[in-house]
Amino acid sequence: MIQISFILNGKKVKLETDENRRLIDILREDFSLTGTKEGCSIGECGACTIIMNKLAVNSCLVLAGQLIDSEILTIEGVSENGKLNVLQENFLKYGAVQCGYCTPGMIMSIYALLLKNNNPADEEIKEAIAGNLCRCTGYKQIIDAARATADTDMITDLSQ
Amino acid sequence: MKNFKYIQPKSLSEVKKYFSDNHSVLYAGGTDVLGLVKKEVYNYENMIDLKSVPDLDKVEEVKGKGLKIGALVKISEIAESEIIKNKYTALSDAAQKVASPQIRNMATLGGNICQRPRCWYYRDDYACLRKDGDYCYAEEGENKYHAVIGGSPCFIVHPSDTAVALMALDAVFNIFDGNAEREVPISEFFVQPDEDVYLENILKPYEVLTSVFIPEQKNKVSRFIKFAERDVWDFAMASVAVKVEKNGNKITGGKIILGGVAPIPWYDEKINKGISGLTLDEKSIDEFSKLALQDAEPLSKNGYKITLARNLIKMILSEI
Repeated sequence: MIQISFILNGKKVKLETDENRRLIDILREDFSLTGTKEGCSIGECGACTIIMNKLAVNSCLVLAGQLIDSEILTIEGVSENGKLNVLQENFLKYGAVQCGYCTPGMIMSIYALLLKNNNPADEEIKEAIAGNLCRCTGYKQIIDAARATADTDMITDLSQ
Repeated sequence: MKNFKYIQPKSLSEVKKYFSDNHSVLYAGGTDVLGLVKKEVYNYENMIDLKSVPDLDKVEEVKGKGLKIGALVKISEIAESEIIKNKYTALSDAAQKVASPQIRNMATLGGNICQRPRCWYYRDDYACLRKDGDYCYAEEGENKYHAVIGGSPCFIVHPSDTAVALMALDAVFNIFDGNAEREVPISEFFVQPDEDVYLENILKPYEVLTSVFIPEQKNKVSRFIKFAERDVWDFAMASVAVKVEKNGNKITGGKIILGGVAPIPWYDEKINKGISGLTLDEKSIDEFSKLALQDAEPLSKNGYKITLARNLIKMILSEI
């Protein structure tokens, strides 16, 4: 067993767990944060994308021990008090959600991009979601939603 | 995945003591090791995470000499670095082509160089040569992604993009052996299967690649180009890194390294002999590219790699 403490969606958490558990297991099973989805389990599809220390990473490729002293943000952490953030609203508005399985990962990848670049070019948006597969192939709507979010002043809300 | 101990040594000198029984593995970003452990290609008892060892994640410019990149520097940091983009362009190009944005945010330079092969027989449940079996399943099997040169008796290709660029840039690796650090030129780092079929490089299990030094590339231009079936996540079917010095339209010296064609980043003798004096016009480049991989012995399904590598050489030289 390994003892780890880290920041999860703004709150300090502590956990004792088996060393061979992955971040996605810990999020879904120990913290009931089931917004993060498991797809391919090998870092190819991006469905499990979360933000670790301000960078988008695949939670299926992070071991428990790597969480020590890290800061994790999941899809549950981007909205506050049940109110969707502007990026989530734009996903709805632009029809960027079809079956929905890739959506949390897509949002986290775009969120990570907007954290460091609040005026990305379309090419930068495409690059940011290059590691996220959408089998409904709704990429255009997803890019539109990201573009619309970057264009609003409300983007400042994201980085707070 | 079987359980293991997760150990975070605080210094390099602590690392070796965890390797007395040989059931340990060094762990950096983990994007490769985790896959091997999950599929039980290896069952390690100890994961030795290097994160707490100080100074392995630094990039340091040594004035007038070159650039020192710590082994734990993330691939995304290399891909985004302006210094690397401007002065060591081939490495920047290669880093940008590694895997996906998410993986580049976890994966490290040291890990990218030391990652294990992607051969599906090796990764899957086959007792192949590299896993102490007595047969290379790729030689007569599904070998579309395998080596066309330098392969025998095991036909893996080296999966790293950054290693191909670093070889063109004449990088030097700093290696800690448990007591002291030594320098190894990249040209002496990788190991072909006919020398040792179990290893891809000279590192002993407890030896740590601590940093990569790239000598200053004064008056030199470098580039890297990669072809994969998918632009993201995929490994190279073939890649080319080139570094040249030019006088007008003529190359006066340089180096070309091929990736995705051999078990190590490949230095092709004929093409490297011919590069000095090459005039950069279409006809000369076309003739020149045919020098590459003349000694190749493709398997049943990977002959396309020879044409592909030659075409990549043409592309990269036309753009340089």
